[in-house]
Amino acid sequence: MSILRQGLLIAVMIGFLWAVVLQFTMTVALAFGTGGGYTPVWLVSGIVGMTSAIIWILYNQTTSPLKLMALQQTLTIALMLSLSFGQPFGVPLTESLGLQISALVVLAYALNYTLRHMLNDITTGLQVRHNAEMAAIKGLLAFGYLFFVAIVLIPFYVMIMTSFKSQQALLLNPLDFSLDWQLGWGLFRSYIELFRDYNFGTYLLNSFVISVLTVLITLLFSAPGAYAVARLKFRGRAFMVRGILLIYMVPLIVLALPIYIVFSILELRNSLVGILLIYPVTTIPVALYMLQGYFRGLPEEVEEAGLMDGLSRFGVVMKITLPLALPALASVSLYVFMIAWNEFLLAFMLLDDPSIFTLTRGVSMLNSSEIPRQHLMAGAVISTLPIMLIFLFLERFMTKGLTAGSVKG
Amino acid sequence: MLAPTLLIVALVVVLPLFAIFWISVKPVGLADLRIPTPSVYERLRGDLTHAGDVAVLQYRISNPSREHAIDGVTLTDDIPPGLSYDLSGTICEQKAQTLFCNFGTWEAGFRDKLVIKVTALLPFNEPPDVRSSMPITTGTSTSNLVNNSFTLDNFKQIFSAQEFGDVLYATAFYTFVGTVGAILVGLFAALMLNQSFFGQGLLRGFLLFPYVAPIIAVAFTWVTLFDPFSGSANALLLQMGLIDSPVNFFGQRGLALVMVTVFEIWRYFPLSFLFILARMQSIDTQMYEAADMDGATPMQKFWYLSIPQLTGILSILFLLRFIWTFNKFDDIFLLTGGNAGTRTLTVNVYEQAFAISNIGGGAAVAVVVFACLLVFSLFFMRFISKEEGL
Repeated sequence: MSILRQGLLIAVMIGFLWAVVLQFTMTVALAFGTGGGYTPVWLVSGIVGMTSAIIWILYNQTTSPLKLMALQQTLTIALMLSLSFGQPFGVPLTESLGLQISALVVLAYALNYTLRHMLNDITTGLQVRHNAEMAAIKGLLAFGYLFFVAIVLIPFYVMIMTSFKSQQALLLNPLDFSLDWQLGWGLFRSYIELFRDYNFGTYLLNSFVISVLTVLITLLFSAPGAYAVARLKFRGRAFMVRGILLIYMVPLIVLALPIYIVFSILELRNSLVGILLIYPVTTIPVALYMLQGYFRGLPEEVEEAGLMDGLSRFGVVMKITLPLALPALASVSLYVFMIAWNEFLLAFMLLDDPSIFTLTRGVSMLNSSEIPRQHLMAGAVISTLPIMLIFLFLERFMTKGLTAGSVKG
Repeated sequence: MLAPTLLIVALVVVLPLFAIFWISVKPVGLADLRIPTPSVYERLRGDLTHAGDVAVLQYRISNPSREHAIDGVTLTDDIPPGLSYDLSGTICEQKAQTLFCNFGTWEAGFRDKLVIKVTALLPFNEPPDVRSSMPITTGTSTSNLVNNSFTLDNFKQIFSAQEFGDVLYATAFYTFVGTVGAILVGLFAALMLNQSFFGQGLLRGFLLFPYVAPIIAVAFTWVTLFDPFSGSANALLLQMGLIDSPVNFFGQRGLALVMVTVFEIWRYFPLSFLFILARMQSIDTQMYEAADMDGATPMQKFWYLSIPQLTGILSILFLLRFIWTFNKFDDIFLLTGGNAGTRTLTVNVYEQAFAISNIGGGAAVAVVVFACLLVFSLFFMRFISKEEGL
């Protein structure tokens, strides 16, 4: 195994792999950005990365960093251009020259800058295990950042960009996500049509009202219940907590069938009241479970002090416990809001009338061959945007809620 | 306050569960959801503008069910004044302005016309409105949903169905690979974010996007992205020369199952990542400092220090995610609709009940789902009571 710890070999491997990864990323970015026919030139970039890494290992002790960077930079660009016969991204350089050149410079700089960081402690000859592993880990981490950003970014990028395109443009070149700025407000025509012709304003309002009411109803029932489970000593308490957990592990699809039948018989199907009756039931167990955890975490002594000072149990809860639990309540509320906002199955099964759809039900209606793709994507954006905004502004609470509630998923 | 809450939730959960067990041993389809009631349609034919004009009051009556008789059918209706009603040849009687008919039993599929001749006692400018009062009917019937016939056919049918093996395989693959994959990817992400660097908080929030966005939005985005004709993924792969012809990612047997599993990993790795990161950040840093002093390598620190600290959370995560992945329905339903070998047990519930209108079959599958879940949950409970000290 010690051959793997040879400084040069480490440099060669990391340089090769990392350059390939970077080149691939850059090509995909170019392709997604412009729709041009860019393809990665794997081998060339690998060789270039390798060369640059070797140079750095050999000369970083003796040459000034700035000079070395200039050398690496020049060499990388020159090699990329010559070895790929003037096609560093798989198409002739003359095709959008400025873009390709700047992409090449950025790529070269990113490569050399990160290589320098990864191979920081590596010299020629045998390395101590710590340094060898560190280099590998730095390489993996760098790959990780790119990987995770890419896998999260690409679907959302596609979602947003598709919603601005026209059907013909999409079919003509599915890779072309560049926007036609000349259209001006016309870019938003999918959105305008959704709000004008497909009732999306109502759906947005429905979803919002239902989510807020679900949160209120859930808190109304689960907060006192959770307090009782957490504080009051009674037989079978542990059993009850487990019962709550068990209840909310029952899959919705199992419950949805009888709910559908009962709602059909009671004529609650196809009504928002029915939805409002059933949503809290799906969220109360999880809220109960989360809140009892929070309440148990609050020190009992504080409450006892309140009792000593002559407050009633109710007074203690209102004046001490609830104010202390406010952040927890906020987290639970946000989590419940998210569940209600994103809920699809029940809305899909119970609502048939397009005038009272919720947002998720409305979007699922757009998934038909007669409705253009960009409408579907615009609907997806409309349903995603509000929850994302809430998430971004209240990330701290939301993250807490997710962690505590992710017994559910 | 706890009692009513629990009661309501238990009612809404336990009653449906009971219902599922009940329906699973019943031969019912979607059409059986309604208990048949007598159907009546009333109209007046003829002209009554002069006194002495004769017209016909007609009731079209039927039993809408083709399987079940309705017993003790009666009809009561208010009839307009100013007319004389000829009830000869019918089984109806008139009391003041009320018509009452006692039909007895209507067989399944029964239909008939009740015709009453009416004579105007005074001239009518406008024909009297017979429909101003709705006829009131009574009658009792059973449907398969509530009667006493039981059957095990539903279970026989789903177990012997040829694709049931496929369903089990898809469920096992999706659940297991999806769970392990999401945890591994989450672990990697957590390791990555456990370093301090510029924009760390931002990246952490960003990585949660797949989970926070509505399932319907991200699922349809994936479908769009991987569309065989207009999808960007295919275009990209073609252009890079990695494939020769467009691949139908969500339509090709085998590949589709892999794709829905990849989607599951993509959507739920943020949860594992959040959990694991929270645990990592609570590990005492002194331990690592001590290890550094002793010259431990990063890998050694990971294997011998971090992993033992994380086993607890990893096993809880595994069990929880296993159960929840097993329960997942929306994702596969939206991505493939359960086609191309991606039909898991939960999707099968829907398919049986709604696609082929066999409610009993759907309930039988639901019972199987619930049984599996009970086993997992018991396992989980034993485990978590150790962890939580309940």
